[in-house]
Amino acid sequence: MTDRPRLLPCGDAALSVDFGNVISIAVNRRVHALAAALGAADLAGVIETVPTYRALTVHFDPLVLPPDLLERTVQGLLDHGDATVQPARRWHVPAVFGGAFGVDLDACANAAGLDPADYIATFVAPVYRVMMIGFMPGFSYLANLPEGFARPRLATPRAAVPKGSISIGGAQAAIGSVEGPSGWHLLGRTPAVPFLPGREPLFLFEPGDEIVFDPVSASDWGALAAAAERGDPLVRLVETEPRP
Amino acid sequence: MTGLLVTEIGPGASIQDHGRAGWRRFGISTAGAMDRLSLAIANVLVGNAPDAAAIETVLASGKFQVADHPVLLATSGPGVTLAIDGRAIPAGQSAEAMPGQTATISAVREGVYGYLAVAGGVDFSAEMGSRASHRRSGLGPPPIRVGMTVPVEAGGVSQPSPLRLATVPHHDSGPIRFIWGPQEDWFGAEAHDGLMAKGWTIGQRSDRMGVFLDGPSVAPVAGSLVTDGVVPGSIQVPPAGTPVILMRDCQTTGGYPKIATVISADLDRLAQVRPGTPLNFTAVSREEAIEALRIARVMIDGLRPEPAIRQPDTSRLMQTNLIDGVWGGSAQA
Repeated sequence: MTDRPRLLPCGDAALSVDFGNVISIAVNRRVHALAAALGAADLAGVIETVPTYRALTVHFDPLVLPPDLLERTVQGLLDHGDATVQPARRWHVPAVFGGAFGVDLDACANAAGLDPADYIATFVAPVYRVMMIGFMPGFSYLANLPEGFARPRLATPRAAVPKGSISIGGAQAAIGSVEGPSGWHLLGRTPAVPFLPGREPLFLFEPGDEIVFDPVSASDWGALAAAAERGDPLVRLVETEPRP
Repeated sequence: MTGLLVTEIGPGASIQDHGRAGWRRFGISTAGAMDRLSLAIANVLVGNAPDAAAIETVLASGKFQVADHPVLLATSGPGVTLAIDGRAIPAGQSAEAMPGQTATISAVREGVYGYLAVAGGVDFSAEMGSRASHRRSGLGPPPIRVGMTVPVEAGGVSQPSPLRLATVPHHDSGPIRFIWGPQEDWFGAEAHDGLMAKGWTIGQRSDRMGVFLDGPSVAPVAGSLVTDGVVPGSIQVPPAGTPVILMRDCQTTGGYPKIATVISADLDRLAQVRPGTPLNFTAVSREEAIEALRIARVMIDGLRPEPAIRQPDTSRLMQTNLIDGVWGGSAQA
């Protein structure tokens, strides 16, 4: 990935640093590395940055920060290797799969040619990566779905799926946050609450984090969900080494 | 409690300020007033900061009964007027309303969004740095409905003194200006020409999330765009070729190619164009867009209201006991 990213104006108050039209963890790492470097540069006039799969959108005030100065700064960070890859935070996230918690599990297992128990074991094996958060508050798009697990989205989206739904849409997995519409296949739910107003932190996951699912029994749901509502994050942070 | 009891309101009315910055990386939309200039006008007329939270109405009129304490009120928006107990307040002027009186914000006769500001501001607690309501995520104050009381901060004002603007700024007319990109290379020459052509109208489905455009198809070339960031003003085009201009309530990311982006300075007046109205576009440079934004900011910073000459208010005269000792107290019984 030696391609130079393109700097694309999004109107007068945002700039997209575009690393290419691909879904790739390597590309996504470069996006997050630039986000971190730009954050550290603490440039007056930068309002916020939004990392997505393959681009970093920089929102800025053009009356404080002239766009050519922003572009030169970004180019400098890219050229001088300041945008180095940071170690990711890795979270262990409890999840209940199947039954009422994941109404599409059996159909997904069937499509993958596995029985549901093997399907869950295969699904929870990878370390997932939060490529971006978008669509709804705290909705985390995850990459690293096992081969053969991709599923076309539902022809008719459901009007509302529960908060914390763990689902598959295309080649992506996701942890939902708030209740909302979805055309993705529901495998399970986490009792953890990724976005809880009034709690510190407001959001459990950030773009660039890593996720490991820990299956728990449906009989544990009540106690875990109650603890989460009291503000217990339920998720467990595991230190990881920096990776190239 | 000082506040405004909602006795009549149209659908879509909400509390708005400048919006919720800093949380877009977590999927939090900024929301905020659809017309920041109008929000600023109403606010400065009651002595508030230009970006304080106020009531935003959509097309329809609204009525509010004043609770325990007098309040100072002002309205703004294209063709929007204020009346207190039926008494029309001159345009560009705030007015005091007494407990029990009814303040009416008229329908938005020449636009879409109207604003009612109250001195001290509305007393909803800020959530993630803003009092803006975002319908889709449920963040911010609840939607404004009949029967609810909109609380007023700091107990309103003890000595309301109406203000006026000698001239009330209004939005420019002329084409809506955009900057090409970020994905103009996903569109052929026909689509580029189509966007610049005459014959667009604002679609009926338009709302705080997006302005739908009816007109020629400007479909992108075939292909699958990997989701990236969007901004208010992004002109995104789904495969069917009907563009949608994202507005203040828009999501933070999107997967449709964006042929162009409406400049920041023109978002206010775009929001005020009524469905069914013809609309033209013109491409400008980034430098022109920034100069337009500078002018828009100067206009808001330059809003300097002056004390208004009080209009005779017969309703107040009626409430004030001017005749005791002449005719005795029986007239007040």
